[in-house]
Amino acid sequence: MKMIFTIASREFKTLFLSPLAWTILGIIQFIFAYLFFSQVDAFIAFQAKLAGIDSAPGLTDVIVVPLYANAAIILLLVTPLLTMRLISEERRNQSLVLLLAAPLSNYQIIFGKYLGVLSFLVVIVAFITLMPLSLLLGGELDMGKFFCNILALFCLVAVFAAVGLYMSCLASHPTIAAIASFGLLLLLWILNANASLKDKSSELFDYISLLKHFQTLQNGLINTADLSYFALLVGSFLLLSIYRLEHERLQK
Amino acid sequence: MSLLVQAQQISRAYGKILAVNQVSFNLEKGQVLGFLGENGAGKTTTMQMLCGILAPSSGQIQINGFDLLTQPKAAKRHLGYLPEQAPLYKELTVHEFLSYCAKLHQLPVPQQAQAVRNAEEKCNLTTVAHRLIGVLSKGYQQRVGIAQAILHKPAVIILDEPTVGLDPIQINEIRTLIKQLSGEHGVILSTHILSEVQEICSHVQIMQHGQLIFADTIAGLTQQANTTLLDLTTHSAIDVGKLLAVAGVNKIDTLTEKHYQIHYQAPHNPIEAVTQLVIQTGWGLEQITPVKRSIEDIFIALSKTPPAP
Repeated sequence: MKMIFTIASREFKTLFLSPLAWTILGIIQFIFAYLFFSQVDAFIAFQAKLAGIDSAPGLTDVIVVPLYANAAIILLLVTPLLTMRLISEERRNQSLVLLLAAPLSNYQIIFGKYLGVLSFLVVIVAFITLMPLSLLLGGELDMGKFFCNILALFCLVAVFAAVGLYMSCLASHPTIAAIASFGLLLLLWILNANASLKDKSSELFDYISLLKHFQTLQNGLINTADLSYFALLVGSFLLLSIYRLEHERLQK
Repeated sequence: MSLLVQAQQISRAYGKILAVNQVSFNLEKGQVLGFLGENGAGKTTTMQMLCGILAPSSGQIQINGFDLLTQPKAAKRHLGYLPEQAPLYKELTVHEFLSYCAKLHQLPVPQQAQAVRNAEEKCNLTTVAHRLIGVLSKGYQQRVGIAQAILHKPAVIILDEPTVGLDPIQINEIRTLIKQLSGEHGVILSTHILSEVQEICSHVQIMQHGQLIFADTIAGLTQQANTTLLDLTTHSAIDVGKLLAVAGVNKIDTLTEKHYQIHYQAPHNPIEAVTQLVIQTGWGLEQITPVKRSIEDIFIALSKTPPAP
């Protein structure tokens, strides 16, 4: 366990040594701020009308839910950039040998790398969360729903990171890892696109799609089925990564 | 003498290509084992197998009594490995990098700082300890690589071409360092430079097409070098049997009908006796020249030998 944290903290610190992490943090924070601002603006514009309606959507529904939904899509684009170098670049620089020759198990290497990049994503989620929190200064939030949104986004980035890590294990070049993980994530995201066509929707695709589970959580419904779906995806991709690393020793 | 590395019949295949074929050897404490061979002879593959980076297709490896396949973690604790290209994180400083390595090798926390300091001193890195690895010259980077391999005082140090790309002064420094290390550790190194083997190794192994074709001490290799040659050309064919009877002659190769090579053991130079015999028997001496063999010649001669079926 100690070794996992050693690798994770190294990975986390290394991210901050490269301009990439800082650039990503800066740029997406700016975009989130703009999105947040436009939601707040919209709420202020409609506030008078909303007040007249019975059981109208509140502050949380108008601002928090769309903010996290947009954040999910932006992180879908950004996470592959963060995960692409995890294994792939180390293999290219031939520094992976350092970890392989050290007295470590493959699962320690994979879990360490995963935790390192996940911590960075948690920082991003935390920064997003700060914005709705500022609303508490002048308004009230549905705390339960707010928490569900944070949880939903966390579950989602956990999956993104696991998929990205696996692709980084597979690809020989970081760019390929980024493109492959982006492709796979996007596919998982839009898989139930035809669900709106009633007779053509497939229950299986509906179940596999990330979007459906994410939205259920976002709407404040914490369902064991959804949580296990995310856990299952994370677990499978981490397991695949461990196998992939094992394969490196067996065959080249 | 304790046995540090015991490799038994290790083989490694990449698909259908057999990169290493049934190689067995041992390494004891205090030995410096030099691996020689052409490019693609299987040196690096063998070293990677010894470090647990590649799993052998068959065979067994024990490091300091621990089986590398069944107890990989325990075995790897006694290993320090420097691959052909040093595994470095260029965005870290030397000190940060070595501290991370100390943690990876699970040294007890109180000893880590001391171990890093020792390694820095041994490899003359103290002055650059707080510079980024990426901005250091190749020679310094190589030293960081060596520091990383010896940091945790492993019983076995494996260095893959440690002096490649260095200037002559750096090469000398690293050779001196390896000699120092051999006192407390067992060292395996691979190289293309034959004089390097002569200078720092106690044992030599030559690999060819994945097989071990020569394994001996440096003394044994030097003796091979002392087994020298006479090149003899005559007017008419000679009686090889008669010539073999001359004291000191080991073997005679018939190159053509009138051209021979006479192998003899170093101190007993039979050139006078051979010359006399050739003249007495009337074979007609045309030319007799002593041929001195260098280690290079032996290496080339051994490499030319086709692999045993």
